[in-house]
Amino acid sequence: MSLHVDAGQPTRAPVPPGRRHVRRNSPRSFRTWLDLKAAPYLLVSPYYLLFLLFGLFPLGFTLYYSFYKYDLTGTVEWTGLGNYTAMLADSAFWKAVVNTLGMFVIATVPQMLLALLLANALNKRFRGQLLVRMGVLLPLVTSVVAVAVVFTQLYGRDWGVINWILSWFGVDPIDWKAQRIPSWLAIATMVDWRWTGYNAIIFLAGMQTIPKDLYEAASIDGASRRRQFWQITVPMLRPTMIFVVLNSTIGGLTLFAEPTTFYNGNVHGGTDSQFQTVSMFIFEEGFREFDYGYASAAAWLLFLLILIGSLINFLLIRRIGGNK
Amino acid sequence: MTTLSAPAGTRRRRTKASGGAAGIWAATPFTKIVLAITIVISAFPLYWMIIIASRSNREATDIPPPFLPGGNLGENIQRVLSNPDAHYLTGLTNSLIIAVTVTASVVMISTFAGFAFARLRFKGGKILLLLVLVTMMVPLQQMGIVPLYRVMVSLEWVGTIKAVIMPYLLNGFGVFLMTQYTDQAVPNELVEAARVDGASTMRIWWNVILPAVRPGMAVLGINTFMLTWNDFMWPLLVLTPDNPTVQVAINSLNAKYGTDYVLIFSGTLMSIIPLIVVFIAFGRQIIGGLMEGAVKA
Repeated sequence: MSLHVDAGQPTRAPVPPGRRHVRRNSPRSFRTWLDLKAAPYLLVSPYYLLFLLFGLFPLGFTLYYSFYKYDLTGTVEWTGLGNYTAMLADSAFWKAVVNTLGMFVIATVPQMLLALLLANALNKRFRGQLLVRMGVLLPLVTSVVAVAVVFTQLYGRDWGVINWILSWFGVDPIDWKAQRIPSWLAIATMVDWRWTGYNAIIFLAGMQTIPKDLYEAASIDGASRRRQFWQITVPMLRPTMIFVVLNSTIGGLTLFAEPTTFYNGNVHGGTDSQFQTVSMFIFEEGFREFDYGYASAAAWLLFLLILIGSLINFLLIRRIGGNK
Repeated sequence: MTTLSAPAGTRRRRTKASGGAAGIWAATPFTKIVLAITIVISAFPLYWMIIIASRSNREATDIPPPFLPGGNLGENIQRVLSNPDAHYLTGLTNSLIIAVTVTASVVMISTFAGFAFARLRFKGGKILLLLVLVTMMVPLQQMGIVPLYRVMVSLEWVGTIKAVIMPYLLNGFGVFLMTQYTDQAVPNELVEAARVDGASTMRIWWNVILPAVRPGMAVLGINTFMLTWNDFMWPLLVLTPDNPTVQVAINSLNAKYGTDYVLIFSGTLMSIIPLIVVFIAFGRQIIGGLMEGAVKA
């Protein structure tokens, strides 16, 4: 940190000559008060101002709206838990929940395993480390919409490269958009392509904090590489894993851009909503059906889903290597 | 940047311990294959983007598909730029304005707050910081979308880039990152020494904090720029197709000309060029920042 050299500057900052003669009592002490007591609050105030305006206020109002029947016509009518009970009986909502969870599982489980494997490879010694790491991270730099556009074309029914490759193995062309599981698979690969490298880099950072002696001791004791990976790397990586999994949970359960672009920018998620996620459901209810109250209730249920999902994943990860 | 110097340190240790155990760190052929496959898979969709964007629609739907770029790139880009439905250049300009404004503001706001949280003692500071961490877990974009949209309607901001910029300024991750970074990069003694010498809080910020946290600001800046440039859901909602961001412009192309792959891919290719440039220029910092952030969290 060579920058610390400049950081020494203020020590020679001269006190302005006039300031010494300033009266000792009130204005001076006001200035001191402003400088010592008020300054910290002033410094953090822009963030909290924004937080009030664009964080707390919308959150509160989402809750408020969710108890009302509120639509484009301007009718605002108290319905209590009406929106919530209606939604729990709404098969479209449940379909979106199942779609979201399905795509999340299909995307996340292989992604975590691949990211671990990749991070383990990146942790080895080889030439061109920076270039390889940049290559691994390249997908993250690509915008979500761009990823979705390219993959949607690759998954095309008639001229898509994927169907063409599958045809070598005698597989008939799959209509990826039309069916539920294929559409989930297609969307999951978009997510995985974009995020596996990122998660691998995060895992790598975690791996580099594991003391090397542990491995050296283990190999002297004759433990195989595979055994070292499962018995040292994975358990020691738990804090990083919690971070990565919680991140993926939030990202995965709020999935929007990939499935929307997959259906040419339409939030309905396929002819039969076979890949509509909860985020898309909120968007559709709020801004295509203009049912603000219902959309708000859905937003809170999504939040609940994320909380439950995060909790389950947190407990799951805590169990990994818990026998250590 | 501790992580950046770490490989050098471990390398030294490896040569010293080059006896029996050091061999476990050498890349095996299997490792190299895994890495090579990964790079190919990472790069292929981008390469594919170039192929299709430089071909004609007839070639793009060939079976077997073309695997080399063609010569139509210039013509296709021309088609995107002159397309009446996409407003592509407007989108590009808007995205640039939005991303630069948001990045500059978020970096400033976060550097201020990070300084206060890391190096100033004040009542309620701990609780305020905890609040930042908690709100980082809330997907505000989805949670607040309805009221935020209503606010933009009543302010008559719908269709203007103000509506996109304002909510993006709230960035809890930035405050968190700069707090961590300031805490690590600026020794407490330095701040106290400046204080003893009569420097005011703002002067300390300007002369002590700012020079030391510049690398952290760069990491946050790059990160914010990329996220803002790429975001889709909120601009899709509050902007109109005739005044879009670049992502919304691509979406318009995608919605209207679903099978004109050449057109859509050319637009998409142009939209990622700014990011690729940033990535190539700052790759080392981006990776260093990511890895450092991960270990701290």
